[in-house]
Amino acid sequence: MNFTLFVTALLTGLGFVGLVTVLAWLLGPRSYNAQKEDPYECGIPSRGRTWMQFRVGYYLFAILFLMFDVETMFLFPWAVVMRSLGPAGLVSVLFFLFILVLGLAYAWRKGALKWE
Amino acid sequence: MFDFNIVTQWLDTLLMSFLPAWATVLIECVLVALVIITLYAVFAIVMIYMERKVCAWFQCRLGPDRVGPWGLLQVFCDVLKMMTKEIVNFRNTDQLLHHVAPFLVITASMTTFSCLPWNKGAQIIDFNVGVFFFLAISSIGVVGILLAGWSANNKYSLIGAMRSGAQIISYELSIGMIMLAMICLTGTMSFSEICQQQENLGWNIIRGHVPAVLCFILYLIAGNAECNRGPFDMPEAESELTAGYHTEYSGMDFGYYYLAEYMNLFICAGIAATIFLGGWAAPLVPGWEQWNHIMLYVPGAVWFVLKVFFVLMLLLWERWTFPRLRIDQLLTLEWKYMLPMTMTLLVVMALCVSFGFVWN
Repeated sequence: MNFTLFVTALLTGLGFVGLVTVLAWLLGPRSYNAQKEDPYECGIPSRGRTWMQFRVGYYLFAILFLMFDVETMFLFPWAVVMRSLGPAGLVSVLFFLFILVLGLAYAWRKGALKWE
Repeated sequence: MFDFNIVTQWLDTLLMSFLPAWATVLIECVLVALVIITLYAVFAIVMIYMERKVCAWFQCRLGPDRVGPWGLLQVFCDVLKMMTKEIVNFRNTDQLLHHVAPFLVITASMTTFSCLPWNKGAQIIDFNVGVFFFLAISSIGVVGILLAGWSANNKYSLIGAMRSGAQIISYELSIGMIMLAMICLTGTMSFSEICQQQENLGWNIIRGHVPAVLCFILYLIAGNAECNRGPFDMPEAESELTAGYHTEYSGMDFGYYYLAEYMNLFICAGIAATIFLGGWAAPLVPGWEQWNHIMLYVPGAVWFVLKVFFVLMLLLWERWTFPRLRIDQLLTLEWKYMLPMTMTLLVVMALCVSFGFVWN
């Protein structure tokens, strides 16, 4: 039942955007001229290419994010059964967290978190 | 406490009595879809009006007051205007991705919206891994934003989208850690069970005392950043990036981003109300029998909406009070302050729960 409702919600989102776009297309005016097709950017004629190499800083943060996100994924099942696991579970997860903090400390030390 | 299951079960048996099973399921799904769209639209309209009015009051202005009494019809006029604008296709844009992006943003926002527990039994998607599911679906939105910025063939859009991507994924870590800390306390990931537990045992923010209050404060900061708002609205810093990732969208295509931004804020507040402030649970005080008796008469949905608007006010207050951060300050705040703090809170909460320093 939940899965059916999940699919329903997904389809609702897709259908909503589709229907409203069609409606807006029907309601809106349409006109053509050559200048109108220019990208707006900031109002003055656009210059140079857009799709080119981008600063690597964002990529470093994405890699770091990946590491921590996978880690939270592993921690969720532990958090649910934490009470029944007792001290043994707690100690092992603290060890796991310690390794991750080491990872963060390493990235920090290497200057990956610095924006320049 | 009013249980919404009575209504849904009555409807189910009614439909089953004269229709085959597949038709019943179909009709129920259509009804659910209509309910989602209605709630989504109504709350978006309320929130846009509220945001404009509250922001005006913060800045000693009047806000919208021309269209209708107190400017109440302003939002409807805005919607009408956006609907009747042409959707312009620009040269050199990646047309396919440019038009796929709004689908992703709105679908992610609507699916997370249907995870909210409105009342006992009135929750559309209620997985037993609810919190995890919520986090997973909400991160689809960032793909839409990145696509929107990249496909526009506009330098400012690209910079805006990159900033937004870096910001959203960074602050998602803090949100995840805060959720983990609260799951340690509740021991369940299902939103309905979290609410039920809080009705029986008291709100999580009180049960978890100091770590939970700190988590709540950090959640308000990270939540504003997740919604690209407040002091963290670098992606659409209008004084330097025109309008960020949605500069090149026109008409209703722009409207989707506007809609999704406000509804993501609503969802963020809704999750805060569910996880920390009890969701639909009434404010019961042990020992005050008459008080509890009266409070239980009020339907859960009323409590839920009241709590959501309380959190929304806090988020708006935060937004209109602090000056905007630079992108490097923003990432430093997350990686060097928020993340270590939330990890410490997770450990503190785990220790508190293990050694029984929480109210059970």
